[in-house]
Amino acid sequence: MNPAVIELKGICKTYNPGTPVALEVLHGIDISVRGGEFACLIGPSGSGKTTLLNLIGLLEWPSAGSYHLKGRPIEQAGDDERTRARLETLGFVFQFHHLLPAFSALENVMMPGLMRYGAYTAEQRANAAELLAAVGLSSAMHKRPPELSGGMQQRVAVARALALSPDLVLADEPTGNLDTHSADDVFGLLRRFNETRGTAFLIVTHDPRLAARCDRVVELRDGVIVGDAPRQR
Amino acid sequence: MMRFEWAVALRFLWEGGMQTVLIIAGATVGISVIVFISGFLTDLQRDLIRRTLGVQPGIIVRPAEEVARPLRGGAGAGSIEQVQARAQRLRSVDQWQALQAELEAMRGIRAVSPVAAGPGLVTRGDVNKSVTITGIVPERYAAVTRLDEKIVAGDLRLNPGDTVIGTDLARDLGVELGDKVRLSTPTSAGDAYLVRGIYDLGQRNLNRAYAYVTLPTAQALLNLPGGVSSVELAVEDLFGAEALAARLQARTPHEVESWMKANSQLRTALNNQTVMTLLVRFFLALVVAIGVASVLIVSVVQKTREIGILRAMGASRGRILRVFLLQGVLIGAVGALLGSACGYLLTSVMSNVLRGDDGAPLFTAVFNPELYFYTVLGATVLGLVSAVMPARRAAHLDPAQAIRL
Repeated sequence: MNPAVIELKGICKTYNPGTPVALEVLHGIDISVRGGEFACLIGPSGSGKTTLLNLIGLLEWPSAGSYHLKGRPIEQAGDDERTRARLETLGFVFQFHHLLPAFSALENVMMPGLMRYGAYTAEQRANAAELLAAVGLSSAMHKRPPELSGGMQQRVAVARALALSPDLVLADEPTGNLDTHSADDVFGLLRRFNETRGTAFLIVTHDPRLAARCDRVVELRDGVIVGDAPRQR
Repeated sequence: MMRFEWAVALRFLWEGGMQTVLIIAGATVGISVIVFISGFLTDLQRDLIRRTLGVQPGIIVRPAEEVARPLRGGAGAGSIEQVQARAQRLRSVDQWQALQAELEAMRGIRAVSPVAAGPGLVTRGDVNKSVTITGIVPERYAAVTRLDEKIVAGDLRLNPGDTVIGTDLARDLGVELGDKVRLSTPTSAGDAYLVRGIYDLGQRNLNRAYAYVTLPTAQALLNLPGGVSSVELAVEDLFGAEALAARLQARTPHEVESWMKANSQLRTALNNQTVMTLLVRFFLALVVAIGVASVLIVSVVQKTREIGILRAMGASRGRILRVFLLQGVLIGAVGALLGSACGYLLTSVMSNVLRGDDGAPLFTAVFNPELYFYTVLGATVLGLVSAVMPARRAAHLDPAQAIRL
């Protein structure tokens, strides 16, 4: 069994703590994701899925509980350490692709490498081109996001999330904004990268059809995990 | 590790399109006006001083004033209640040849000219006019006062029997080039002198004030054998004349006076002008800074989601800060380079357009590399400072919130 990439215990998240409008949205969450896992997070709107994903993605701080990233406690880490950990360990795919519109598809995929190594190198360029080819966008790599369809943009976002071979990719409803055909297409890509590269995925989805294609389904309701079971494929 | 910052800053500016063009244009206009005012003021003041001072030197060295030294009695003698000031005779600067040699060797002094000047009369027929008879060594005097450039008829080549007078005096006397006038002083009946040249200093009273003769002629007329009444100096830095005069005063027993002290009103007017233009330049720089800052603040708002994405992907706060600081620096530097070019062009054009009453250019444009260097440096720093607030805002955006927007 692969070691855990992330391990959260007793995680709580309260917004506006200590004020009359304090709101606890996560209550004692225990979750871990191991290397190579292909898991999804389901639950109704307002159940705390995005908040949990943001906490796992080190974009927000937990109010209580412990969080180990690759065995290292990270819940109390400062902004610089969390930023470095995001760059080195995690990849993100958002619902609305969130590409940088001023940069071409190729440049978007090379952006994590530029952050990590400080320069565009031939090796990164080749890696980015290979990833874009793998998502079927060889011919569109020099186009800017506004020139691409929604499905194509999301495929670029998937390629970008994988650019630095992260241990875990966090995907927040990556197919939520796509038609069924494109959604299947993008989901298939995630699955393929999971199988070929061994990258772990934690995918937030509302779509039970896609959830059924994951190895593990974690169900969140009212800020509590109410179900966490592997699925037979 | 700066490639990321450069790549993102340049792309953000490029993507800004018309917004970027307009702010660079604004910075260019502001900086070109700053350059124009700075260059124009320097050139104008230099020319104004040259015109106003006429033939006054940068520094003049004269014999110290004679003072009455009352002889006191022994013990018990009462104090003297009133001491009459001594009348100031025309005297020579002691050891002026040695002083001249010493001054010529000093740094900051461009030229030295001995002058023997005193009161006299110029007469033609039954017309008498009082003048200052000024004995000079023409080439030395020209080096100090540029009198040779103000000769409008004849020339400054003085022979022992020659004189050079001003246009208005010539008109008063009804003389022309080649005519003869009589020069006399209280101590000499004088002689007839040929009008060799006529000068025009641009001021009527100055054009009636001097009759130039050779130094030995003046020494004879003024009963100052072998002596000079002053040693006049041209200085390298006109505005450093007062400091240089103070240094000279400390090492010589003579009286040393700079043009700044002798023309305190002109100096005050120039100082006020400098302060006013400094204020104008300061407010222009402030307007440019506010413009750059406001455009970058708008850019931060427009780019909130992109900043969030970059932060989520692993860009540190420091990197986001540098992306926006770099944008400020680039706007400042490009605006400064374009503004300097436009400012120089404007100065050159205006130096041909603005003319005085005599039709001569009001000022001469001089290329001052120092001005342009400091303008570009200053504007770049200004761009950096203007970008601090927007950059800090961008760096402190919460990535999770920024992405949700």
